[in-house]
Amino acid sequence: MVVVVDYGAGNLESVKKAISFLGFSVCFSNRATDIKKADKLILPGVGDFSWGMKNIIKRRMREELVRFIKRGRPFLGICLGLQLLFEESEESGRIRGLGILKGRVKKFRSRKLTVPHMGWNQISIQRRRDIFRKIPDNSFFYFAHSYYVVPEEAELTAAFTDYGIKFSSVIVKDNIYAVQFHPEKSQKAGLRLLENFLKAV
Amino acid sequence: MLAKRIIPCLDIDKGRVVKGVNFRNLKDAGSALKNALFYDKELADELVFLDITASWQRRKIVINLVKRVSRKLFIPFTVGGGIKNLEEIGDILRSGADKVSINTHAVRKPDFVTQAARRFGNQCIVVAIDAKKTSAHRWGVFIEGGRKKTSLDAVSWAKEVEKRGAGEILLTSMDFDGTKDGYDYGLTRRVSRAVKIPVIASGGAGKPEHFYEVLTYGGAQAALAASVFHYRRYSVKYIKNYLKRKGVEVRL
Repeated sequence: MVVVVDYGAGNLESVKKAISFLGFSVCFSNRATDIKKADKLILPGVGDFSWGMKNIIKRRMREELVRFIKRGRPFLGICLGLQLLFEESEESGRIRGLGILKGRVKKFRSRKLTVPHMGWNQISIQRRRDIFRKIPDNSFFYFAHSYYVVPEEAELTAAFTDYGIKFSSVIVKDNIYAVQFHPEKSQKAGLRLLENFLKAV
Repeated sequence: MLAKRIIPCLDIDKGRVVKGVNFRNLKDAGSALKNALFYDKELADELVFLDITASWQRRKIVINLVKRVSRKLFIPFTVGGGIKNLEEIGDILRSGADKVSINTHAVRKPDFVTQAARRFGNQCIVVAIDAKKTSAHRWGVFIEGGRKKTSLDAVSWAKEVEKRGAGEILLTSMDFDGTKDGYDYGLTRRVSRAVKIPVIASGGAGKPEHFYEVLTYGGAQAALAASVFHYRRYSVKYIKNYLKRKGVEVRL
């Protein structure tokens, strides 16, 4: 069973619908026991880093999440779900992230840029991973965010996206897959990426 | 590069798409779900559903529509029309919409924008502004579907909703809406320059050149249109190919 972690984030429903559309059985859960039993885990989310982290802690899911990922089980983080894997964010004050990956979450700062970075942008594939099967380089995906991750290890970046600066839009490390865009809202390319995670990984 | 977005807008009455001129003389333009899937195939970047249903069952009809659409549509979509409380926003987002657009109630109670953005995140709160030229360089804000004039100036109101946490502005020119004579480039340019958040231009699209003008000179991040698409005058793909030839970044 694919489990979508429910910690109160807004776009859970779309993630679930996309997975059902692809023909996989999926459920929401906010219980540590379900996370433990999951075949695959998806951490979605939009919005505020500290709000997201507080909710994960409040529902006592933090430890089980970390354990699941460290056990080498297939994990997909989407948008905020990508950012929460890191240690800290500029928006979070003293609240720390899951700290599974080394690095920080920073805000887009430029006079010329429209923020949030909202709409369709391309990914430039740096390392061909199984998650990109049948996805051409420079495919468009849908983004909606004001913050981006800066991983300490450059090899984590499987694809980057150019928005005035080049930021990591796909992270792959062993069993960890995480994307800054919303595959569930990125039409064919997005569904393909989700299917790759569900099938091949 | 971030692509400029083309957004078909569907005015919805009891689950059906309707279209009028200057908010009047509504004509039926087909079922909402059918229209949505059609535009998805045509590579629309997003969709906006503006619900104009005026009955007590309104909310239930909207939620059902959102649920139906989101099972089959995998591009972002916004739902607006008469939204007055946080609970309703929560219901709409949970049913599968990505954003809500708030108009009249934002003007009546500006703190509503702040609360909604805080609770659901900036990226899902769109503030819709209906503007009409009132003097040479001034556009007034109208509410209640354009029926009621307010004392607000469109540019300052745009700045205020940005400060309050709106993630986008959907800017409609009431003077040009339904005319097919082109967007209000002056209005769009002023508002786009005054805020950092994306501006979606609306009202007046009739030809491919109009899209080009508003996305370049007008400074809009996205262009919304209704009748030009519903009556199949141009396809979304045609407009996007045209823009690409003119050097505008689009998703094709």
